Amino acid sequence: MAEKEYAYYAGCSLEGTAVEYDMSMRQVFKALGVSIVEPEDWSCCGSTPAHTVDRVFAAALAARNLTIIEKMGTGTVTVPCPSCLSVLKRAHLGMTGDESFRNEVNELLDEPYEGGVVPKSTLQVMLEDVGLDTIASKVTHALPGLVVAPYYGCILTRPPEIAQFDDPENPMSMDKILEAVGVKVADYAFKLECCGAAFGVPKRDMVNRLTYRVLSMALEAGANCIAVACPLCQQNLDLRQGQVNSTMNTSFNLPILYFSQIVGLTYGLSPKELGMDKLVVSADDIVRSRITIEELAQREANAKAAEAEAKAAEKLKKAKVKEEDTKTEET
Amino acid sequence: MRVGVFICHCGSNIAGTVDVARAAAELRKVPGVAFATNYMYTCSEPGQDEIKQAIKRENLDRIVVAACSPRMHELTFRRTIEKAGLNRYFLEMANIREHISWVGLDKEANTIKAIETIKMAVAKAMQNKPLYSSSFKINKRVLVIGGGVAGMQAALDCGDGGLEVVLVEKSPSVGGMMARLDKTFPTIDCSICILGPKMVDVAQHDKIKLYAYSEIEDIKGYVGNYEVKIRKKATYVDWTKCTGCGLCMEKCPSKNSYDYFNFGVAPTKAINIPFPQAIPKKAKIDPDFCRQFTKGKCGVCAKICPTGAINYEMQDEIVTEEVGAIVVASGYGLIDMDKFPEYGGGRYPDVITGIQYERLLNASGPTEGHIVRPSDHTEPKTVVFVSCAGSRDKSLGIPYCSNFCCMYIAKQAILTKDHIPDSQSYVFYMDIRSPGKGYDEFTRRAQEDYGAKYVRGRVSRIYPKGKKLVVLGADTLLGTQVEVEADLVVLATAVTAAPGAAQLAEKLHISYDTFGFYVESHPKLRPVETNTSGVFLAGAAQGPKDIPASVGQGSAAAAKVLALFSKDMLESDPAVAKVNENACVGCLKCKLTCPFGAIQEKELRGGKIVASVIETVCAGCGVCTSTCPCGAIQLSHFTDNQLLAEVNAICQK
Repeated sequence: MAEKEYAYYAGCSLEGTAVEYDMSMRQVFKALGVSIVEPEDWSCCGSTPAHTVDRVFAAALAARNLTIIEKMGTGTVTVPCPSCLSVLKRAHLGMTGDESFRNEVNELLDEPYEGGVVPKSTLQVMLEDVGLDTIASKVTHALPGLVVAPYYGCILTRPPEIAQFDDPENPMSMDKILEAVGVKVADYAFKLECCGAAFGVPKRDMVNRLTYRVLSMALEAGANCIAVACPLCQQNLDLRQGQVNSTMNTSFNLPILYFSQIVGLTYGLSPKELGMDKLVVSADDIVRSRITIEELAQREANAKAAEAEAKAAEKLKKAKVKEEDTKTEET
Repeated sequence: MRVGVFICHCGSNIAGTVDVARAAAELRKVPGVAFATNYMYTCSEPGQDEIKQAIKRENLDRIVVAACSPRMHELTFRRTIEKAGLNRYFLEMANIREHISWVGLDKEANTIKAIETIKMAVAKAMQNKPLYSSSFKINKRVLVIGGGVAGMQAALDCGDGGLEVVLVEKSPSVGGMMARLDKTFPTIDCSICILGPKMVDVAQHDKIKLYAYSEIEDIKGYVGNYEVKIRKKATYVDWTKCTGCGLCMEKCPSKNSYDYFNFGVAPTKAINIPFPQAIPKKAKIDPDFCRQFTKGKCGVCAKICPTGAINYEMQDEIVTEEVGAIVVASGYGLIDMDKFPEYGGGRYPDVITGIQYERLLNASGPTEGHIVRPSDHTEPKTVVFVSCAGSRDKSLGIPYCSNFCCMYIAKQAILTKDHIPDSQSYVFYMDIRSPGKGYDEFTRRAQEDYGAKYVRGRVSRIYPKGKKLVVLGADTLLGTQVEVEADLVVLATAVTAAPGAAQLAEKLHISYDTFGFYVESHPKLRPVETNTSGVFLAGAAQGPKDIPASVGQGSAAAAKVLALFSKDMLESDPAVAKVNENACVGCLKCKLTCPFGAIQEKELRGGKIVASVIETVCAGCGVCTSTCPCGAIQLSHFTDNQLLAEVNAICQK
């Protein structure tokens, strides 16, 4: 793939609680030859606090960033955080689809937004622009024994008229990317179910119950790890496991990794570069299980050989038994 | 010319917001108006007598009635003036009710608008010419499209009334949806046991000619004289030889054909007889699955058939039938399950539709009436029914109620308990709609005697957990969330128009609504007629309907056909297009635009080519009139001069 430049709007979470998402995403893009540029002087996307109060104000916060990005001339901005993405997209679609809304928002801005930016999730850029073949071609390492439950969260693909990406009720983009890097993906029915993060402060009981369901369904699906693409989901599922364990009488110890961290591991990137040490539930076992693909091939060949040997031995044994049988018959 | 104007009060409908006395006084001043009056109910018997007497007394020769829409009473008043000796086309109506009094509250403005509207009608009436109908012979045969219960009822009633009937059914057997049902509500009698005899009657009736596995290719003509092309689809089995013994079906090695009759509950053979009671009971090959067609070799059925009926070379055949009237009973369709990704529709094998559940309940179904989960063939103990799966859901473009789901869910809940006594059914519902005779009692029985738990609320999501399906929903009466671990989920999927309904409507020149259901002539007073004379409706093709309503409409449509055919001759409407052969330049643009194919090319003596209208086919729509570059083709009763007279009447100032 020819090198393409994207604006990269990381948002506030990726500087704080989700810094490992930022680290791993940047490393993966680098490995894939996707160059990303952070917009200068970016500001709040307008998510949660603003958009619950004032639609125009929230759009103005988002559009201020879109204006900056528009001037960079990259055309597309890629956004790792679904919450930022949703707000940026909502502002972009609202302003390009409705002239009076655009005027109202531009009224609040120093410089108007002309509608020339396409916001895409990092997942979408990887799937649609980079492509599965390229993603697969960079793999150097394998994670045998890892079974991942891909968890998309509530807003990555919804509402469909805003997200305009993947199936709103049964998304497959993360599944496909993880499969492309050779990771086993569980058939997980709770891809979109609410993890409760937004109610973490006022309704802890309920959130514990919701988090419990997301975690237990992943175990039920045979997974030993959950992959996410959202800082809030990651924080909630990772940080709250202890709380769930004490209130729901469970003993979850399920690493919650960003999909970019898993991809990075298969690309042979160091755990340090991928921010693996930032996770609350340790992913050390996963890191330790990592082998090169040559090793994996060797292991598989050995296993095959052993199997063949065992089969041959069995055959021999059977033949012998038969021989003896005929002998006894003869005597 | 002496015009009489009769302004109707319509009780307070018109007089409430139009000063009718002032309008009559104003009209008396209009040149040509010899008499103008206002009356309480002009359409009543004394009202009509008033018109008749005035015609004689005042020597009137044109009549204007200012009242309701001409769709309501034009025919009434045409008959009135005809009885008084005037040509019926000397009547003109001014619609001052729907167009004025019902839509405006300002009495002054309404009165002025009414006066001007009546003046237009007067101007038009003075231009009206006498027109005379011609009469034509009718072909007293009837075509019934669709062999479901509505179509069969129409066919049997017409046949019993002595008419020859051509019945066209697109699937291999008659019976329609009803043949798939297990029991029927609210009596729980066996569906096929009451339908089967009707199907046999259809097959044995000497007046009914059945074309099964056939579709309408093309329809030409007009009321009394239709020419219908019917496509007999290739079955690859010579039905004159097939005895329906079923040997071929037994031996066919292609075991994974989609079973259309059973809605895919279980696979069937590539050569099959859809169900044991099928009429006609003949085998048919599905070339999508038959090895002879997909792989080019097999021939097992041809070898095994004792009568040599198999013919892999068979082609579709087109036959032509001539009829005088058509009953459309083409039935309905169901929304696809994949429209419900949140319920796992199409992805989870144990989420099925109501009609699939009927097949599981049915003794002649693929499981011989044992309720089992499609995934692992175990007996479900907890069954959840989701009503309104798609119905009353604007986001899916289906704002309407599917009419019979509430009732069949109650029935299925009762039958579930009958089949599996230790089972528990849950019904998620929006409202329980059971407004038929014995219907509400029936839904109560499901709850009170059979213990079905009714939860008022929608289901938000269904997901698999181990072998179970977890159904998440709301109980809006308790204000709580509900979670049910179910073994089987039945979705009452919304009723839609039948696939291909729109295409059939276009062949028939009848209207259909945005959902594809056929539009009746009047929602209350002409429920089985269409706006195309000679075409009648029956059953769910017109809108979702249960069995009694469909049967009722089948009989009603038959009665309409019998009434139409009680005469030997029909009168044509003279308000049709007419060509002025002197002005016509023979460009034939009118022929290209006519939606009814009513215009022919005609060569005059001397070789001049002109357009010519087939009066009986012309529907009087006027498209040709506006197409004609030289004004040579005029619609009688709506000529350019007549319409311009109306325009002049209001544009004088």
